[in-house]
Amino acid sequence: MLLIHCPYCEADHPELEFANAGEAHIVRPREMSNMSDEDFEAMFFIRDNPKGVSLERWRHVHGCGRFFNALRHTVSDTFLKVYKAGEARPSNDEIAKLIK
Amino acid sequence: MAKSPKATRVLPNQDHLTSNAFVTLEAAPAASRISLRASPRGAAAFAKNIGFDLPAKPSTSKSKSGVVALWLGPDEWMVFSESEPEKSLQPRRDHREYSATDISHRNTAYIVSGSGAQATLNSSCPRDLSQATFPVGACSRTILGKAEVILYRTGKEKFRVECWRSFAPYVWGLLVSGAQDANL
Ligand SMILES: [Zn+2]
Repeated sequence: MLLIHCPYCEADHPELEFANAGEAHIVRPREMSNMSDEDFEAMFFIRDNPKGVSLERWRHVHGCGRFFNALRHTVSDTFLKVYKAGEARPSNDEIAKLIK
Repeated sequence: MAKSPKATRVLPNQDHLTSNAFVTLEAAPAASRISLRASPRGAAAFAKNIGFDLPAKPSTSKSKSGVVALWLGPDEWMVFSESEPEKSLQPRRDHREYSATDISHRNTAYIVSGSGAQATLNSSCPRDLSQATFPVGACSRTILGKAEVILYRTGKEKFRVECWRSFAPYVWGLLVSGAQDANL
């Protein structure tokens, strides 16, 4: 079983307690009604699907209940980093260092 | 005028009790329970109602004079007491920065004890319940099979398993079969 580190519980817990909640750092615009259909589609439906590092939201749903963000490698399923909701997206340099 | 009938409260797991050489499973007595969500200031205000500070460290508990507070999340606790189950722990005066909800009858609990207690729980709970990672006093929301539960270690070989009332028969079934496995 995969163990996932929860930044709020400060411990590794079994994957069965967690739920993936989609891509992280999607910016929802304040004025959606002013968007073109193309921009809305891109924001609302189109997601990255990288072979490599994916930036994701996760929720410790059967634990502390908190949402947090994680960098997960989609090939190896390794969690490279987890950080609390609201913290800055890691820079591309930092991500590159993590996969080395 | 006719006397109004008094409702009798029945625990969903009232008669649940079984044991073998390694583990005893039994229904916990009725308890009053509060689900508390609070900001740091709200938590400090609520603490005055119970007379002790809420646990601040993840997965830890605190208790005083029969009232137990379990850390469930950075802003969430469960507070319960078995001493006066009919008396709600709901504070009389509310505070803007916390939300205290009486869940006394939403939850019910089992006590799992004996040298096979940990093995019984681990038959359907994926958590590491060794004493190094889950010592006496530790608590956490987790899962038992498909049911969400709160585990609270009250002794080296004793756990309290809180579950939703409607999940009690399912949780009991898992515990009984886990206890059989622990007896092998
Ligand atoms: Zn957590």
